[in-house]
Amino acid sequence: MIEKPVQDADSGPKISFQNVTRRFGEGEASFLALDRLNLDVGDGEFVTVVGPSGCGKSTAMNIAAGLTDVSDGRVLVDGKPVDGPGPERGVIFQQYALFPWLTVRQNVEFGLRIKRMPAAERRRIADHFISLVGLKDFADALPKTLSGGMKQRCAIARAYAVNPTILLMDEPFGALDALTRVNMQDQLLDTWNRERRTVIFITHDVDEAVYLANRVIVMAARPGRLHKIIPVNLPYPRTEEMRLSPEFAEIRNQVWHAVYHQNTRTN
Amino acid sequence: MSTLTTKDEDIAAKRLSSANLAPIALNLIAFTLAIGFWWGITAAKLVVLPGPAEVFQRAIELIASGQLPLDIASSLRRVLTGFLLGVAAAIPVGFLMGWYGPVRALIEPYIQFFRMVPPLAIIPLAIVTMGIDEAPKVFVIFLASFLSCVVATYQGVISVDRTLISAARVLGANDGVLFHRVIIPASIPFILVGVRIGLGSAWATVVAAELIAAQSGLGFRMQQAQLYYDLPTIFVSLVTIGILGLLMDRIVQATERRLTRWQERAR
Ligand SMILES: Nc1ncnc2c1ncn2[C@@H]1O[C@H](COP(=O)(O)OP(=O)(O)OP(=O)(O)O)[C@@H](O)[C@H]1O
Ligand SMILES: [Mg+2]
Repeated sequence: MIEKPVQDADSGPKISFQNVTRRFGEGEASFLALDRLNLDVGDGEFVTVVGPSGCGKSTAMNIAAGLTDVSDGRVLVDGKPVDGPGPERGVIFQQYALFPWLTVRQNVEFGLRIKRMPAAERRRIADHFISLVGLKDFADALPKTLSGGMKQRCAIARAYAVNPTILLMDEPFGALDALTRVNMQDQLLDTWNRERRTVIFITHDVDEAVYLANRVIVMAARPGRLHKIIPVNLPYPRTEEMRLSPEFAEIRNQVWHAVYHQNTRTN
Repeated sequence: MSTLTTKDEDIAAKRLSSANLAPIALNLIAFTLAIGFWWGITAAKLVVLPGPAEVFQRAIELIASGQLPLDIASSLRRVLTGFLLGVAAAIPVGFLMGWYGPVRALIEPYIQFFRMVPPLAIIPLAIVTMGIDEAPKVFVIFLASFLSCVVATYQGVISVDRTLISAARVLGANDGVLFHRVIIPASIPFILVGVRIGLGSAWATVVAAELIAAQSGLGFRMQQAQLYYDLPTIFVSLVTIGILGLLMDRIVQATERRLTRWQERAR
């Protein structure tokens, strides 16, 4: 239960975007998707990213994941520049991206198998995370038999299993109904409380952004850039009362304004 | 999970029995009607064709004399040799084409070209260059099945979901792991469709090849029977060809079902 990210002066930020710029296309037709993004995220911090469609949220996340190259600038993880994907950065995609030919357990074991971990240990770890996300009874089910929320929980367990210190989540709950979504948020926070990771979580939902985060990162479009950082000074664990409290409403208002009235205020 | 799967399987089983019984009954009715129609028009001497009884009797004779089994064996041997060689060559070539751009650019024009040439049109050339024994026939069948299977395999590789590839990469997969744990399983449904089409065209090709040049086989037998105006034997060969083709297709279809059980299906 920490209010502020654990961040020693000497250890530096867990993940650091430095002048990250990404251009798509060549010459005149080129498009600046991300313009000099600078952002430090502390170890164990939970930041959410909101902003209008096309402002480069996914691009920034894919760059951090090592799935997309930068045109300029760099991303440092633990002080080292990112060069391709790495097991210390887990990614959760909006489309779940479960391997449909593998069962829940085999999906969760996928990354461990690559590490050539012995079968018994693999299974122990997989079962731990499958229980953590509440899929114990479905460990041997194929993805096609799961609901959207269950698929996403399986994807979370799969990402957790390889023990990443950073989780990058791109609108992971975007396809879920409101009720499932709230449940998933609580489960995610619960999991995060027990197994603390650094999380960067992209969402379109202002409520979700405030509820989950230490800080909300608001981005602006054309060109995609950082617009505003709004701290959420509410303690964890977050509760339903908190969600309905005036403090929450106040922060929610700020974020809403920052997202939907980007031209009318500041800068 | 156990409760859910058993329930699912129950429902599936019920649907299977009720959905499959009706078509089987309909198939039987259609079959009986066709035989009846055939018997009717031949008994009434509306056409100068052998009736079902005559053909059935000839079938018994041909089986008893050992000639039909012999013809079946030589046709099947050719088809299976050419088909298995074709598939064995098509799968690696299809993977290489899907995986390496330059390989695709090198090979694809030839494949597209030969796809436009009906395999039977190759027979004269094959006979001139390879003689009149087994080689030209097996070669033509090889070509027919190779061409249909290679295109399917390569389509399968290039249509693997990008997010599955990204998901594997961020879990630590290198090229080798990606290939055999993601690309291969994800393209299996496509490959099996290619195998099925390949078997169909191999079977169609063998009969035609035997009509042109052979000393045994179902096509050869028809050719002989034609010389002696032996209509019952022609009928026996035709029916045998149809039944064997159907059986082989069913076997591939059943294999396909087994291997792609994980796929979400509309029905
Ligand atoms: N591969 C690509 N080629 C060309 N343009 C691209 C590519 N990927 C993204 N873009 C462009 O870059 C911009 C930012 O895209 P990005 O997907 O990062 O936006 P986003 O903030 O995630 O939007 P959304 O909220 O709709 O998911 C968009 O205008 C998009 O058209
Ligand atoms: Mg996006």
